[in-house]
Parts: sequence; structure tokens; C-alpha cells
Amino acid sequence: MPTLVKLTDGAFSLIDDPFTAVPDDEDLPQGDVIISLTRFQAEGDRLLSEGRAVGVRVEAAEEVEALAYDLPRLALVALAFPKFTDGRAYSSASILRQRLGFKGQLRAVGDVVVEQGGHMIRCGFDAFEPADGSQPAQWAHVANRHRHVYQRAADARAPAYVERGEA
Amino acid sequence: MYQYDTLDREFLADRAAEFREQVDRRLKGEITEDQFKPLRLMNGLYLQLHAYMLRVAIPYGSLNGVQLRKLAEIGRKYDKGYGHFTTRTNLQFHWIKLKDAPAILDELASVDLHAIQTSGNCIRNVTSDPYAGATAEEIDDPRVWSEAIRQWSMLHPEFSFLPRKFKFAVTASPKDRTAARVHDIGLVVRRARDGTLGFEVIVGGGMGRTPHVGPTIREFLPANRLFSYLEAILRVYNRHGRRDNKYKARIKILVSALGTEEFARQVEAEWEKIGADGDVPDTEIARIRGAFAPKAFDTLVNRSEAFEEAKSADPAFARFARNNLKPHKRPGYTIVEISLKGIGDTPGDATSEQMEAIAELGELYGQDDIRVTHEQNLVLPHVKLDDAPKVFAALQAAGLSTPNINLISDIIACPGLDYCALANARAINVAQDIATRFADQERAELIGELKIKISGCINACGHHHVGHVGILGVDKKGEEFYQLTLGGSGAEDAAVGKILGPALPAGKVTDAMDALVDVYLRERQDGERFLDTYRRTGDAPFKEAVYADAR
Repeated sequence: MPTLVKLTDGAFSLIDDPFTAVPDDEDLPQGDVIISLTRFQAEGDRLLSEGRAVGVRVEAAEEVEALAYDLPRLALVALAFPKFTDGRAYSSASILRQRLGFKGQLRAVGDVVVEQGGHMIRCGFDAFEPADGSQPAQWAHVANRHRHVYQRAADARAPAYVERGEA
Repeated sequence: MYQYDTLDREFLADRAAEFREQVDRRLKGEITEDQFKPLRLMNGLYLQLHAYMLRVAIPYGSLNGVQLRKLAEIGRKYDKGYGHFTTRTNLQFHWIKLKDAPAILDELASVDLHAIQTSGNCIRNVTSDPYAGATAEEIDDPRVWSEAIRQWSMLHPEFSFLPRKFKFAVTASPKDRTAARVHDIGLVVRRARDGTLGFEVIVGGGMGRTPHVGPTIREFLPANRLFSYLEAILRVYNRHGRRDNKYKARIKILVSALGTEEFARQVEAEWEKIGADGDVPDTEIARIRGAFAPKAFDTLVNRSEAFEEAKSADPAFARFARNNLKPHKRPGYTIVEISLKGIGDTPGDATSEQMEAIAELGELYGQDDIRVTHEQNLVLPHVKLDDAPKVFAALQAAGLSTPNINLISDIIACPGLDYCALANARAINVAQDIATRFADQERAELIGELKIKISGCINACGHHHVGHVGILGVDKKGEEFYQLTLGGSGAEDAAVGKILGPALPAGKVTDAMDALVDVYLRERQDGERFLDTYRRTGDAPFKEAVYADAR
């Protein structure tokens, strides 16, 4: 079973991933699955009615707004980074958390590198499939590297202008 | 000036510590150059032809004496005793060793400077008006908004991996000294009829391979809604800008592909959804505004006897005063432009000694306020006319008194093939040759405002598209050739220049410049600048002269 770096209540740990990511051209196994947006739109209702947990993988070019009405039914959304330099998933994550109110797991998949962990966490990601073999301790390190942030984002951190007001 | 508080300082310290750790891992071989590259680029460290180059951010071109002295010290200690001021009002050190980079960042942080976001596909240093706070033209202080944008954009979690780099300019004067219309976003402060403060929002200007004068997507954006609107623009760009081809990835390509109206519609739709949650509270803007409150000016009369006497006594000072002093909003004060375009020198270079001399002048005579212009000069924005002769004498002693602001030898040039791995041709020597040819100050003044801008390759770091005369270096079978473009402007009358004709061999460029000037002097009518004459006559007489000579 592949492993996953999971952020829960501020702590990072390595967990066994109960989900199987299934490409569109493969048959669905039993159990919890992550499928493409296209497959979800075709088969999602049936899979959910079978009582299993379903996650949807959204590619960088796809719009997360397509999931707006399904979010309460989804266990997780996986946002793909085709390359670590492709920042579209940051916008997708921000929209899912801040606008669409998604409360489930938000997972970073693809070319996921720990050096960008700080940005991912701020945009609302809480699960990571690292492509660079990074470990939970490294994720915890990047998450806490900066004592201050300047902008409001999907995380709960108070931006500089709020911190200043409270000082 | 804005003073960093504990929070700003802790932020920089954390960032410097982070980079030290990353360099350490690289030096120990724990990460490869490929893995390290994006990390060093986030901190302004480039690998150039001969060495590492460190680009230090000078937010909206504003420095105090302590900061400029520190830059001088770094130049002396870690470089070859000089630095290069760029068209983004940054300072580059071209001869840096990787092992020194963390120490340099610590030193920078000790005076509230950094190299964050001076490279990479993120929001870069904000350009603003070097005369801010000093010119009577402005309707608000653009530094307030520039500083607020600096903070908002600093390690922005959503917008640090954009399709391509992203540059802001903010101005509040009708005379645009920021090239706002050729930035990714240009903000021009406006007042509505009822007195409300707001911005004209220009999006999608730019240079590079496909130059665009940016269209206005909103005539008036209320000032208190700025940041939600910026978020909407950046989000539309981050999601929809092209990522398949780096030459088509700037926002100008998206704006022109969608059309201005459709782009604006998408931004407005996104903006509506973001709502006021995306805005920075008025209290924070007020806090920043407070930091830019003017220092006390003395009550003086317009006429300074010391100044008038010095002008009569010394023709060199009179010439300097005519060309390098600009009107200040307060009686008895002036704005002093310091040219970094000494005849035969490298445009934008300053030695450590020169930086220290300027720092001292700023501290003694200029309210400890020093600015960098996007045209690669420095400015002391608040000098008493009474003190101008003393400032001039000190500048003379430091080799900084070239009286050529906006004249033909006040040339913008990129580092070109002397330093840059991207360049096709040299740029600095072309600038030096032209400046030397037009070294006669009498003649230069007779010619008047003429902006030459030189780029060593199509990436256009030397802004050739918006030069009254632009010069672009191209490589033809291993030989340096130069293409001339005429009629460009980066100011309020922004325009992209038009290519005059076939590229010229390196040895013919200065002669061609002479020919262009001769045509202008022959054709010009009352009060016309070179640009005005060109716009009236079209390119025919200029073409005729340049290519007649070349034959």
C-alpha cells in the first residue's frame, strides 16, 4: 500500500493510503478509489451508492467548479501538479477551500516537492504524495519555517495586517 | 520612507535562514543543480556566463543611506567593487560566489533588504515614480500602494508559480516615469469627480518578443478594492495563461488572445466572487501611508541666491542644473537626478565609492532618501536649492556629475553578451560608442530629449521597443548585427517602435545614430523632441539617411 504524508491538526505523519488511484483505462477494484473527473461524472453516482469512499483527481487544466455540487459526497479531491513549476493547482485549491467550502481531504499529487510545501499548506492542501521522497519531518519543517505571512489564504494563519492590529 | 517593523524583519530573517539551509544542502551535494536551480532563483541568484549573479530587490526604487552603504560594502567585499542598477530598479552583483550568497543575504537582511522574488515566475519588484513625494504633479503618493503590493505579493501562496514573471508599475502623475503601459499591470492613481481615490487599471503591456502597449481594463477602480481586484486578475492569469510555450506565457498574450473586453469580463466575474474578503483593510493602508508622511520641509522662498550665484560663476554647474535638476513641489527645493551614464561608462554601474558618496549626500542634504529610476539613474528627491552647488561639487569629485538626464547619452542598456547567457550581442559597448560620439554637451543639449534603449537580445531587457531609438542586437552567423526601431515610448504616450530597416553591422550603428540626429535637426519644428518629429514626418527621411549612408 503506497504511503502518504498527511497533515492532521498541525502534525505531519506517514499513513497508509486506503485509496487506490485508478486510471481511466483500468477496471475499478473494490474499496476506496480515486478516479478522474470524467469518470466521476459518468460513474460517480453508482460508485457512491455502493457505499465506498470516492475521491476525484482534477487535472491542472480542469476547473474545480465542475465539482461544486458534489463536494459534500466526496472523501477527497486530488489536485495534480504536472510539473512543480505549474501553479494552477494552487488556485484550484484556494477556490475549493475558500469559495466552495470543501472540508474533505485535499491531496497534492504529481510532481509534488517539499520545498513548495509552505505554499501548498497555505492554499489548503492537507495530504501529499511527495515525488521527491520527502518525509513528514521535512514537511513539518517547511510548514513552520516562516513566523509570519502577509496575505489571507485558505489556512487559518493571521496575515501581517491582522497580527499588527493585535499587537 | 517605510520602516520595517519587527514582523517585516523576522520575515526576512526566516527567509535568509531558509536559503542558507538550501545552499548548504547544495554545497554538500545533497541536492543536484537541477533541484537547486528553482530554489536559488527564488532568491535572485542566477548562474551567468562567468559567475553567479545576485539580484537585490530595491522595492519601488527607494533606499536610505544605510542601505546604499551596505550595497557598497557588499560590492567591495563579495564582488569587484561595484554594482549594476537595472531597469527594474534592482541592483545586480555580477561576480558572486555561491558559498558567499547566504552571508550576503544575511547582510542585506540586516538593513531590511533582500533578493526575494527578483527572479522566477512570480510577482517581481514593483516599479514606482522616482519623484514620488517630491513632485507637484502627483495626486497621491504611489509608494503607499507600491509598499502595500510588496507585502501582499511577498511569498504569495497562490501566485508564486505563475505561467511567467509578473511586473507591476504604480504611478500617480500624468507624466509617467514608470513605463506603466508596458508592465503586466500598470496602476495609475486617479481621482473621481467626487474626490474618491482610485486606479486606472492597465493590464497586459510588455516587451520581449511580442511588445504590447497594455489596454485599460478598468477606468476607475476604487482604491479600497484594489487587492481583491488584483487577486482576480492574477487568478484568471494563473488559471488560463499559457504554459506550453514560455514565449507566449506572459499575461499580454492571454489578454490579446481573449480580447480586452473578454479578459476584463472574466476578471470582473472573478472579482465579484472574491468580494471584499480579498481586500487589505483601510487601517493597514493608513499605517503604511503614515510611514510615507513627508519629513518637515524648511519654509524657503523660490529663489536661492546661493544657487543663482553658483550658476553664474560656474557654467558646468549651470549645465548640470539645466539638465539634472527637476522641479520640486516645495519652494526652495529641487529634485536632483544623478546620472549613472558617464560618457564611456557602463550604463547603470556604480562603484562602491560612488554609492557611498551618494549615500552621504542623501544623508547630509537629501532627508536620507535616495531613489533608483527605471532608466538606471539615481535621484535625491529632496535637496534645498541652497545646497545644490555643494551636492554638485561632491558629485563632480565622485565622477557622478554627467549633465545628461534624458539626453542622447542617457542610454538604457542591458548587460548583454558581456555578462548574460541569453544575449546574442553586446549592448554596453554600443552605448559607450554612442555616448562618446555625442560627448559634446553643447550638441547634446541642442538635440534635447532623446531616449536610446539597447537590448542584447529579443528578450528586450534594455527596453528597445520603447526607445525613441531602440537598438536590438541580433546574431547573424556569429556576427553581431543591430536592428534599429524608431518611435517607441515607455511614457504616458506609450508606443512600440517600428523597425527602420535591415540590421546594421556593429561598426555602422553609431554612424546611423549620427544620421538620425542630423535628419531630426534638419526636420524639426519649434519645440519638437526627436520623437515628435519622427511621429510627424514618419520614417521615410530617417530611413533614407541611414540606408543611404550604409550603402
